[in-house]
Amino acid sequence: MSSITANILNVVGILVFVVASAAMLTWVERRMLGIWQERYGPNRVGPFGILQVAADMIKLLMKEDWVPPFADRFVFVVAPTIAMFVVVAAYAVIPMAPGIGVIDLNIGLLFFLAMTSLSAYSVMFGAYASDNKYALLGGLRAAAQMLSYEVFLGLSLMGVVMLAGTFNLREIVLAQQEQWFVIPQFLAMLLFFIAGIAESHRTPFDLPEAEHELTAGFHTEYSGMKFGMFFIGEYVSVLLTASMMVVLFFGGWLGPVLPPLVWFLLKTSILVLLMILIRGALPRPRYDQLMAFGWKVMLPLAMINLVVTGVLVLV
Amino acid sequence: MSQIGRAVYLTWDYTWSTLRTLWDVASHTFAKRDTVEYPDEMPYLAPRHRGRIVLTRDPEGNERCVACNLCAVACPTDCISLQKTEDETGRWYPEYFRINFSRCVYCGLCEEACPTYAIQLTPDFEMAEYNRQNMVYEKEHLLISGPGKYPDYSFYQVSGKAVSGRAKGEGLNEAKPVNVKSLLP
Repeated sequence: MSSITANILNVVGILVFVVASAAMLTWVERRMLGIWQERYGPNRVGPFGILQVAADMIKLLMKEDWVPPFADRFVFVVAPTIAMFVVVAAYAVIPMAPGIGVIDLNIGLLFFLAMTSLSAYSVMFGAYASDNKYALLGGLRAAAQMLSYEVFLGLSLMGVVMLAGTFNLREIVLAQQEQWFVIPQFLAMLLFFIAGIAESHRTPFDLPEAEHELTAGFHTEYSGMKFGMFFIGEYVSVLLTASMMVVLFFGGWLGPVLPPLVWFLLKTSILVLLMILIRGALPRPRYDQLMAFGWKVMLPLAMINLVVTGVLVLV
Repeated sequence: MSQIGRAVYLTWDYTWSTLRTLWDVASHTFAKRDTVEYPDEMPYLAPRHRGRIVLTRDPEGNERCVACNLCAVACPTDCISLQKTEDETGRWYPEYFRINFSRCVYCGLCEEACPTYAIQLTPDFEMAEYNRQNMVYEKEHLLISGPGKYPDYSFYQVSGKAVSGRAKGEGLNEAKPVNVKSLLP
């Protein structure tokens, strides 16, 4: 009985935590960008502007729930739902601490890869259903970008799988008790980080929604809470990438003195801050540069990493 | 071989510049912020700031404006309107002087055009109104009690202007009129 209660508490707690902290990330990101640009950012609503999220939510909910008359209505409504669902579902396999985590799949890593692949559909559906040239161009870019970067997103993780000998994320964390995988798999960590940023299409890889060229890319026609779901989906995906890096490369909840959950959250927030810093610092590449970078630099590096790790594991 | 060398060089160059950029941006974390949180904290406005327009008086306390209309002519938005009248000595002054601040662009051309330093722009910009008609300022709103930016300047004492009763340069403390044909100072 108590295990059922614990399960429900786990599921609800993690769902609420993930969605709420993704919403808070919008505020964190704006404050941090403000700090790095020598200004304040939102600091008016509540102490340090922390209630800005609530104000934004109220604004988005009060907006007219507009579906353009030329849009494919069903697909248009489904797309943001997929965007939100896929990333939250992917978060289910993240082991946050001993006993905290929704589900322990044998194939947790593959589940994560499958779910991030599915998120390409949300962007493509949204773009296609909008019947808008900017959305279509954004959707095409998103599809090509996500498919290209998924290749070495997966390949870069295989070194970790080889070292740990399992696809189970909890066992991967436990395999890092001697040494975090970031040391033998440093290159893979960099590749995964870059691919993760590209998968959550954030700056510098935000070509699907490049404001200057495509107004807002695939979500040009979206407004109100449907836009909000795309938005929150993006931030959950940031959180997901950071958590996944912590689990795979930075020893998950492992660490001295502090309780495991604190270690996990600490490491995750440092990586999230790093992603925000990258957004604040780096410019967006041209589209052909993005593709060339993915296929000509990152993919060969992932292959080399795979082969070298394989040889070292055998020897 | 040179192609590989170039690839290695570019990889290093791009990696290094990316990392340096990240470090440069991160180093702004503890930098002083440029923002002045205006309604809580008043920003410093220079004395030459071009804000609300005033009409000033000369050191004796008389109106400086001589109703020459040069400000109204110079005004690119035609927001200044005035009517000339005379007092019993024949000295010109404006009967009414009206500035429509809902049209004014605070360019300062009226101040530059003014031969008597009567019209001046001041460092005050907090002029918001709920009713557009309240943005039209009449002479009693514009006229201030002091000389503004040029405390010692009095047009009639330095320019040599004939008014009824005395000729050019004959008034009290009045300088002789400038001989514009001469090169001497």
